[in-house]
Amino acid sequence: MSVDYIVQLEDISKFFGSVIALNGVTLRLRRGEVHCLLGDNGAGKSTLIKTLAGVHPPDKGEYLVDGRRIHFKSPRDALDLGIATVYQDLALVPLMSVARNFFMGREPRRKLIGPFQVMDHELAGRTAIAKLAEMGIKVRDASQVVGTMSGGERQCLAIARAIHFGARALILDEPTAALGVRQSVNVLKLINRAREKGISVLFITHNVNHAYPVGDTFTLLNRGKSLGTFAKGDVTKDEVLDMMAGGAEMQALMADVAGMTI
Amino acid sequence: MADPDMPSPGIRAEPAPPSDERVRDIGALRRFLSRPEFGSISGAVLVFVLFGLVAGDSGMFSAEGIVNWATVAAFLGIIAVGAALLMIGGEFDLSIGSMIGFAGMMLAIPALYWGWPMWVAALFTFALCAVLGTLNGYLVVRTGLPSFIVTLAFYFILRGLSLALSTMLTGKTIVSNNEGIALRDLATSDYLFSTLFSGHVLTGLFNAMARWGWIAARDGGSALAIGMPKVVVWWLVLTAIGGFVLARTRRGNWILAVGGDANAAKNTGVPVARVKVSLFVVTALCAALFAVLQVADAGSAAADRGLQKEFEAIIAAVIGGCLLSGGYGSIVGASIGALIFGVVQIGIGYTSIDNNWYRVFLGGMLLAAVLFNTYIRTRVALGRR
Repeated sequence: MSVDYIVQLEDISKFFGSVIALNGVTLRLRRGEVHCLLGDNGAGKSTLIKTLAGVHPPDKGEYLVDGRRIHFKSPRDALDLGIATVYQDLALVPLMSVARNFFMGREPRRKLIGPFQVMDHELAGRTAIAKLAEMGIKVRDASQVVGTMSGGERQCLAIARAIHFGARALILDEPTAALGVRQSVNVLKLINRAREKGISVLFITHNVNHAYPVGDTFTLLNRGKSLGTFAKGDVTKDEVLDMMAGGAEMQALMADVAGMTI
Repeated sequence: MADPDMPSPGIRAEPAPPSDERVRDIGALRRFLSRPEFGSISGAVLVFVLFGLVAGDSGMFSAEGIVNWATVAAFLGIIAVGAALLMIGGEFDLSIGSMIGFAGMMLAIPALYWGWPMWVAALFTFALCAVLGTLNGYLVVRTGLPSFIVTLAFYFILRGLSLALSTMLTGKTIVSNNEGIALRDLATSDYLFSTLFSGHVLTGLFNAMARWGWIAARDGGSALAIGMPKVVVWWLVLTAIGGFVLARTRRGNWILAVGGDANAAKNTGVPVARVKVSLFVVTALCAALFAVLQVADAGSAAADRGLQKEFEAIIAAVIGGCLLSGGYGSIVGASIGALIFGVVQIGIGYTSIDNNWYRVFLGGMLLAAVLFNTYIRTRVALGRR
C-alpha cells in the first residue's frame, strides 16, 4: 500500500436489531492528518466512534490498525494500540484538581517507606502543567479545581491528557459543540498542535466552519452511509455543507426560512 | 503555530487571551475557606468557646471531663471515618447502627456460649462484618440501585437478626454472662484482646500529672481519670490513616474520582466497582470495631446497641465537609464533626441546660453544615458567585 494509514475502517456495517446504524462505511485515517468526520444528527457518527473506540465490534467489514486486522474486545484494547477517544463528557471530575484529573486512573507513585507507596502529587502537578503548556494552555496552579475552568480549557485538558498517555490516533467527539467562538478557536489550535506532534486526529463535528479550517480530509456521513472522502483541495466549504445537509433537501427546507444561511 | 490554516471566513483566528491573566490569586484566607474541614473547625471552635463560657468551671475541662467527652467522640469518630470515606466515594451506609448491634452479639455469643477464645470471637466478628460489607457493596454495584435503599434493607435485616439470633441462641437480648462466666472477665483475661481493645493508655502519665497536682487525684495518689481509653487511640489512628489514604495515595484519588463522577472514573480506567465495594467493607469494619470496643468497655452485648448511630456518623461526616453527592470531603473534618458531638452531648450535662436540647442542637448543626457546604462548594471551590 502506497499510503500509510494508521486506522482503517473498510466497508463497515453495524446493526442494532432492525436498525442499520452504519451501512458499508469506509474511513481511512492517514498518519499525521486531521481527518474530519462530518454528519448531521443521526448520521451514525456516534456508532462510528464507538466502533473505532472498541465499544461496538462491527457486524460486517474490517477494522485495521497499522494495516493489520484487529478485533477489539474492549476500549482498553484500543487504548493499548494508541487509539484514544475523547468523548463529549470528557471524563473529567469537576470537584477534583487539574493534576488529579490529569492522572486519574494512572496516578504516578513514589515509594514512601518500605512497601508503602504514595501518589506523587509533585510530579503529577509538574507534568500536568508542563503538558498543558505544551498544548498552549497555561495553568499556574495544578491544584486548581477543574470545575473552575472554562469548557474550552476542559476540552483541552482532556485532549492533552489523551496525548500524554500515548495517543497516536486521537478521536475527538464533537469537541467544539458546547463551546463559544473564542474557546472553539482554542480547541482548533490544539488540534493543529496535535498534528504538528505527528498525531493523527479524527475530528467529529457537524460544524463545517470548525472542520474546514483545520481538516486535511473530509468524510461525510449521512443516514449511516458515507458520501465519500475528499481532500481539502478538491472541495469547497459550501460543497461540503451542501452534501452534509443533504443538498437539495436542505435547500427546500431553507426556502421556508427566508434569508437563512448556515 | 499553524494559524495559517485558519483563514476561513467562518472563524477568525483571533489570538486567544492568555489563560494566565484569567487565573485569580485567591489568597490564603480564601484557600482556607475553601478547605472541606473549614466548617467543622469553625464549628468546633464555636462549641468549645460556648461550653468554655457556660461550663468552664464545672469540671468539663478537667481530666475526667475530657476523657468523658473524648470517649464519646472517639466511638462516633471511628464510624464517622468509615462513613465519610464511603460518602466521598459517593455512597451511603444506613446499616452501620444495626451492624454495631449485630457485631456485638456475634462477639459475645461465641465467646460466652460456644467457648471460643475472645480473640477468635473478635476475628470472627470482623470477618463476618467484612462479608456483610462486601454483600452491601456488591448489591449496590451490581444492581445499580441507590445505596440508600440497599443499606436500608440491611438496617432492618441486621437489627432483626441481632434480636432474633440472640433470643434463639441465648434466650436474652442483653448478654453479659453465662454459667457463671462474665464477659468482662473473658475480655480482660485474653491477652491479645485486652491489649488491643480494653483499658486505657497513658495511665502512668495521668498518675504523674496527679502527683504534680495538675489533675485531680484519688486518696491513694493515683489520678482520678485512669488514663485515655484505647478507643481514643483507635479513633486518632483511624483518622490519620483515613486522611492519609484520601489525600496522599492512589487509592484516595480513586475514591475522589469514583464519588465525583463514577462514569468519568470508569472511562479513565479506575476500577469503580472494586473501590466502592472496598469502601463498604471499610465502613462495616469500622462498625465492627465500634462494637468490639463497646463490648470490651461495657462488658456486655445488647441487640439494640448502635441505634441511630448511622445517622450520627453521616451527620459527623456532613459537618466535616462531605458533600451528600460525593466526591468531596475530609476525614479529619468528619472526626472533628464527631468531636463536636462528644463535646455537646457530654457538655450539656455539665450545664443547667436540659439534656433534650442536645438533639435540637444537632439538627441545627446539621442544617447549618449542609447550607454552609453547599455555599462553599458553589462559591469557592467552583469559583461561582
